[in-house]
Amino acid sequence: MKMVYYCDECKKRPATVHITKIHNNKKTELHLCEECARKHQEIPFSFEPNFSIHKFLSGLLEGTPLEVPTLPSIQCPNCRLTYEQFSQIGRFGCSQCYHTFGERLDPLLRKIQGNSRHTGKVPRRAGGNMWIKREVERLRAELQAAVREEAYEKAAEIRDRIRELEQRLK
Amino acid sequence: MSIKDALNNAYTKWMEGSGPYASIVISSRVRLARNLVEFPFPHQASEETGRKVIQLVEGVLSDPQVRKRLGVFDFVTMGELSPLERQVLVEKHLISPQHAQENGYNRGLALRDDEAVSIMVNEEDHLRIQVLFPGLQLEAAWEVASQVDDVLEERLDYAFEEKYGYLTCCPTNVGTGLRASVMMHLPALKMTQQLNQVFTTLSKLGMVVRGLYGEGTEAKGNLFQISNQITLGPSEEEIISNLVAVSRQVIEQEKLARESLRKEALVQIEDRVYRSYGILANAYIISSEEAMDHLSNLRLGIDMGILRGIDNRTLNELLVKIRPAFIQKIAGREMDAFNRDLKRAAIIREVLQNYKVW
Ligand SMILES: [Zn+2]
Ligand SMILES: [Zn+2]
Repeated sequence: MKMVYYCDECKKRPATVHITKIHNNKKTELHLCEECARKHQEIPFSFEPNFSIHKFLSGLLEGTPLEVPTLPSIQCPNCRLTYEQFSQIGRFGCSQCYHTFGERLDPLLRKIQGNSRHTGKVPRRAGGNMWIKREVERLRAELQAAVREEAYEKAAEIRDRIRELEQRLK
Repeated sequence: MSIKDALNNAYTKWMEGSGPYASIVISSRVRLARNLVEFPFPHQASEETGRKVIQLVEGVLSDPQVRKRLGVFDFVTMGELSPLERQVLVEKHLISPQHAQENGYNRGLALRDDEAVSIMVNEEDHLRIQVLFPGLQLEAAWEVASQVDDVLEERLDYAFEEKYGYLTCCPTNVGTGLRASVMMHLPALKMTQQLNQVFTTLSKLGMVVRGLYGEGTEAKGNLFQISNQITLGPSEEEIISNLVAVSRQVIEQEKLARESLRKEALVQIEDRVYRSYGILANAYIISSEEAMDHLSNLRLGIDMGILRGIDNRTLNELLVKIRPAFIQKIAGREMDAFNRDLKRAAIIREVLQNYKVW
C-alpha cells in the first residue's frame, strides 16, 4: 500500500515537497504541498533575527554554573516570575525582576553582552541624581575646552551652571 | 500621512534614495527599547494593562505641546487591522513581524506623519521607538530617536537603574536598549565571493550581519543588514560611531569590488544588467525571489552607470510593491502564489514602462 502524506502546513493537499533540515545535528523533516512550499520560500522581511533569541538564551542559561540546585529558588514579588521560569523563557517578567535576581544576572550578562554595567544615556527623571552627576561631568569637560579656547565669558556661564547643579545634589 | 494612507502607499521615508552613500546604503535605522516602571512587561501583562500603556503613550503624543516638538502621530492597534494590513506594515519596515502576529487592542502603533518615526507599543517591551532614514544617517536617526525618548520620559516613568541602564524584557537589549542597523546592497562583494570574509570580520567586531530576505550569504536581492550586537557597556555614541565606521569600511570594500568588476568583467556585468532588465520589463509570471535578484542587478547597473533612466527611489519602492501582502492589499483581495506572481510581473512591467532606459 502506498502511503499518502498530507501537507504539514494546510493538512489538506498531499505533500509533494520534502524538506530536510539539519540544525545542530538534529534532523527535522517538513512535508509540504506545492502551494505551501511556495509560501515557505517567500521569507518575510524582518529586522529581528529569524531564530528564536529566547530559546537561544535559555540554552545559554542551562549551561550557567549558577544553576546549581543548592541556590534557593527566587521569585519576583512583583510579577511572580521565578528564576527557573526566567531561565526557561529567556525573558524577564517585569523591571523589578532585575532587582530580584540581582547578582545572579551578572555572569549571564557578561556572557551575552560582554559587560555588566551601563555607561550610556541617563534619563532625566528616572535617572534622578545620576543625570545631574553625568551632566556635571559633561559640563566640566566643556568648561576645560572653553578655558583652553580662552572663551572666558562662556567658561563663566558654564561654571555657574555647574554650581547650580551641584547645589541640587546637596 | 495617516496610517490608513500608509497602508495604501508603498512609498515611505527610507525609500527616498537620498542621503550619504545612497548607492550602497539603502537605509539606516535606530531602535530604542523602553519600559514603564509600574507595569509588568507586555508578555506578563493583562490586556487591560496593555491598553492602559497605549492610552498613556497616546496621551503624551497627542498633547499640543508635544506635537509642536515631535510632529504629528497617528495611532492604531493591531486589533483594528487585518492580518494583511499588519503584514504591509512589516513589509514597509514600520513594525516587526512579531508585532504583526498580534491581533489585540493592547498592541499598538504610533506612526509619525512622515513615517520616519514609528513607536510600537507593547511589542516585547512597552515602547520600541524606531527611526528610519534613507542612506547612511545613523547619527541623525539617533538624535531624533533620543529626542522622542526625552519627550516621552518627561511624562512617563521609565524603568531605569544605575547599573543595568534601561531595563528591558530580554537581557539582549538591556543597557542602552539601542539597536542600530544599516541596510546595504552588496552585489559586487557577493559576485567576487568576498562576502563570507567580510561577514566573519564584522562578527569579530561585535556586529551582526543578516540577509534581509533569506539568510546569510544566500540572501535574496543581495540586501544585508548590519547591526550592533551589544547593548550594555558602550555608550550610545560609541555604538553608533562604531557602526558608522564599520559601515564605511564595508562601503569601501563594495566600491573596490565594483571597480574591479568594471575593469575585469564589464561585458559580463552589462550582460547581466540588461538581461535582468529584459526579464523584469517583459515577464508575465515572476516570484518575489526571482524579482529580487533581477532588481539587484538593475540597481547595480544604475549605480555603475551602465543603465540610465531609473532612479533608486523607484527601485526602493518596488522592494515593497512586489511583496506578497502589499500586492494583495492593492488588489483588494487574497491571492494564491500563482496569482501573486502574475500581479507582481504586471506591477513591475507597469513601473518600468514609465521609464525610458538607455
Ligand atoms: Zn499545504
Ligand atoms: Zn518581575
